[in-house]
Amino acid sequence: MTFVAKPRTHHPRLPVNEIGLTRRDYEGSVSTLCAGCGHDSVSAAIVQACAELSMPPHRFAKVSGIGCSSKTPSYFLNKSHGFNSVHGRMPSVITGANLANRDLFCVGVSGDGDSASIGMGQFAHIVRRRINMLYIVDNNGTYGLTKGQFSATNDKGSTNKKGVPNLYEPIDLASMALQLGATFVARSFSGDKRQLVPLLKAGLRHRGMAFIDVISPCVAFNNHEGSTKSYDHLRQFDHNVVNADYIGDHDEITADYQPGTIEDVSMPDGTTLRLYKLEDSFDPHDRVGALNYVQKRQQEGEVVTGLLYIDPDASDCHEILDTVHTPLNELNETDLCPGADNLDAINASFR
Amino acid sequence: MIPTDIRNPDYFHKVVDCQWACPAHTPVPEYIRLIAQERYTEAYMLNWDSNVFPGVLGRTCDRPCEPACRRVRTEEKPVAICRLKRVAADMKGDIAAYLPRVPQKKNGKRIALIGAGPASLAVARDLLPLGYEVHLFEKDPVGGGMMRSQIPAFRLPIEVLEEEVDLILNMGVETHFGHEITSMKALLDEDYDAYFVGTGAPRGRDLDLPGRQEVDDYIHIGIDWLSSVAFGHTDSISGKVIVMGGGNTAMDCCRTSLRLGAESVTVVVRSAFEVMKASEWEKEDAMREGIPIINNRPPKEFVHENGKLKGVLFECVKPVEEDGRLKYVPSGEPDVFIEADHILMAIGQDNHCPWIERDIGLEFDKWDCPVLDDVTFQSTHPKVFFGGDSAFGPENIIWASAHAHQAAISIHLFCQGQDLKADRPPEGVNLVSTKMGVHEWAYDSEHDPSSRYIVPLVEKQTALANVKVEVELGFDAELGAAEAQRCLNCDVQTVFTESLCIECDACVDICPMDCITFTQNLDEDQLRQRLTAPAVNPEQDLYISTDLPTGRVMVKDEDVCLHCGLCAERCPTNAWDMQRSVVHVPQLGSFSE
Repeated sequence: MTFVAKPRTHHPRLPVNEIGLTRRDYEGSVSTLCAGCGHDSVSAAIVQACAELSMPPHRFAKVSGIGCSSKTPSYFLNKSHGFNSVHGRMPSVITGANLANRDLFCVGVSGDGDSASIGMGQFAHIVRRRINMLYIVDNNGTYGLTKGQFSATNDKGSTNKKGVPNLYEPIDLASMALQLGATFVARSFSGDKRQLVPLLKAGLRHRGMAFIDVISPCVAFNNHEGSTKSYDHLRQFDHNVVNADYIGDHDEITADYQPGTIEDVSMPDGTTLRLYKLEDSFDPHDRVGALNYVQKRQQEGEVVTGLLYIDPDASDCHEILDTVHTPLNELNETDLCPGADNLDAINASFR
Repeated sequence: MIPTDIRNPDYFHKVVDCQWACPAHTPVPEYIRLIAQERYTEAYMLNWDSNVFPGVLGRTCDRPCEPACRRVRTEEKPVAICRLKRVAADMKGDIAAYLPRVPQKKNGKRIALIGAGPASLAVARDLLPLGYEVHLFEKDPVGGGMMRSQIPAFRLPIEVLEEEVDLILNMGVETHFGHEITSMKALLDEDYDAYFVGTGAPRGRDLDLPGRQEVDDYIHIGIDWLSSVAFGHTDSISGKVIVMGGGNTAMDCCRTSLRLGAESVTVVVRSAFEVMKASEWEKEDAMREGIPIINNRPPKEFVHENGKLKGVLFECVKPVEEDGRLKYVPSGEPDVFIEADHILMAIGQDNHCPWIERDIGLEFDKWDCPVLDDVTFQSTHPKVFFGGDSAFGPENIIWASAHAHQAAISIHLFCQGQDLKADRPPEGVNLVSTKMGVHEWAYDSEHDPSSRYIVPLVEKQTALANVKVEVELGFDAELGAAEAQRCLNCDVQTVFTESLCIECDACVDICPMDCITFTQNLDEDQLRQRLTAPAVNPEQDLYISTDLPTGRVMVKDEDVCLHCGLCAERCPTNAWDMQRSVVHVPQLGSFSE
């Protein structure tokens, strides 16, 4: 952490986006996480993604639970709504926010402890409910805030700083999300913003829940030899299957240097998501195939990253529930209270 | 691009823009930190060591450091470096203990210095501590040269000048004041071991236009007139005055005229306002005193009647840009007549050495400047060295100090029988970590976004009433401390150690100026475009690491780095460190050698 705040002075030629803001306008207060924490890179990636999409910061609701990861909403989008909730309960709170005001952009940040242990039940059900949100897990496989115990996502056999191996099977949140019916599932690495930022942009534009499991090394407690969530391990065993590049209304499609076969996916808002498939045998529209592929590679010690599954046409919670288009918090008494005659009529229909 | 060699002294020296731009390479950020710590005496001595006349320069320097200041690029206005130098000079305590000791026993070599201006005085100061016997010849009865004769007292109080001149004279200079050298040949016959010519550029230019001869009594050469004011021979000027010329001498002439009783003063300049030679602040000072500056008016004729000057006829031109250079074409407006009783001619000055015989093996070029080696300042006569304005034409005091240091090294090498180039001491750089603890640095790393502080001035009426009242009051301790905080500490360098980097991106994320990028290595042009923020200033270097484990390199654009240390603060492995660079600029008798 640092005591010195980042100066407001910025690069003299810092670009301004479509709504007149610079990237620096999307930042938050100075991070109190350890120097080199992967979570800070994730926050920086969120800042970059929101700025590049010219999204209005005041229309965001950022919600988190408890843990190092859950401190991070303070470090991005300081002009937005925020709620630091109870341990593992980010999904409930964000569900409430989204139901009350469907026009908000909801971003939930959680960690491997917050989502894979105490919040497991909440995680499972928010995936099922398809709340329109971006769900980010800053996954470092360790309880950093309590000084380095193994978390539920830590791989079996991976060692702690003292060399003691983990004895339990890991929970893979991306696989679970696939299995539970998520319509957008990705995995990325905090040390690779070229992959992470476009995925965040796609996730922010996806209708329904977009889940991104971000391997985000803990430099203090889980970045040693023997760890499977370290910078070095990820750089060696990262297996990238599909890169995504979000193309906005005004973005020029330039000649790209990325390899792979290209597939353009139309998003519900009329924009395009360009996919670069690096692995011929992998189809990001095949849920079962993706699940098998991820599990298989995992057995071989690899970490599959990129866009694992997308269903751009899926419906979100509000569509499933068939709620009105007006956000519920904007409905007035007349809208909400149809009057005694109508109530009588409704009651009569049940007799 | 090939990885940056930070052991090359120039690399980090260049990052300290002010020091790099300063001809004498004064370690600016270091003395500004000393001022912030109220260590004025040390700040003064650091200056004195490097530029010899901090009190004088703190008021009169041409300030090449200020336009170079990084703050111009990160915000708008540079740190008021020059005024801070004056703070050190104004507030210093007793410096006696810091002065170099001059040996009683001399080394047997005798050096003659001709002219007692800044260049000769600085050479004397450098040579005396090494035991040289230094003889100083000056035609005037006192020392100081152009600092005394051409800079008016309202810009440079005489006490300030005399303090710094006497400091050197009291180190044991054998002075020969009122002794004009009229023959170099005769002086060479006296067989000194080496000679240094520091006689300045004493000949003011004249304009041979119709009417010039007829009104000779009313036309004064600017520098001669200023000199006669300085020595008390002239104490008034009457009627309407036209100052011709757009340099600092013109500004001094017009402001002096106003104080000596001129009814009105007008500056008329041949060229456009923007390209005038005068420093920005000197133009501002003149205009603040209500003196009009009329541009794009080349003179045509001196108009006179019955032997008396009536005024000057000027042509009207306008600047046109052609191939990036300004050309002046007639604007079509009719000629302008401006009334005048006196004219001060301040249109430039030249070297002038009629006292150096042309048959003594000392060559002059076609512009009548001595032929010199630009590193050693040695003339074609091996015993004779030049410096200051007499070397390459009119510059300013800071250049004289810089020349003098080099000439002194050459004289020393020459007298010791060493080679002037091969044996010249090399430049060097030392890097010292400023890390003191987990979040503690040995410098004030926090960025201060304050705007440049305005210097207090004496009330205009008081200023104009007396030619000796100094106009600028200077910063007091409080303003000085506040202005000092604006310095970005560019000499505290971001030093990168590849072997420690884990490529976590923390530095990239925290850098407020987007200076750092990790990317694949390319050639410079491509790389400059590929950075987080494109590096569009080719004057500023890119700092490139060797290959990192991912095959990428770290690229840092030095252009707008705030030296806030956040990259190092955020680095989990100390791959970034903030290290103070001390550039060793060779100089005889310097503390830092």
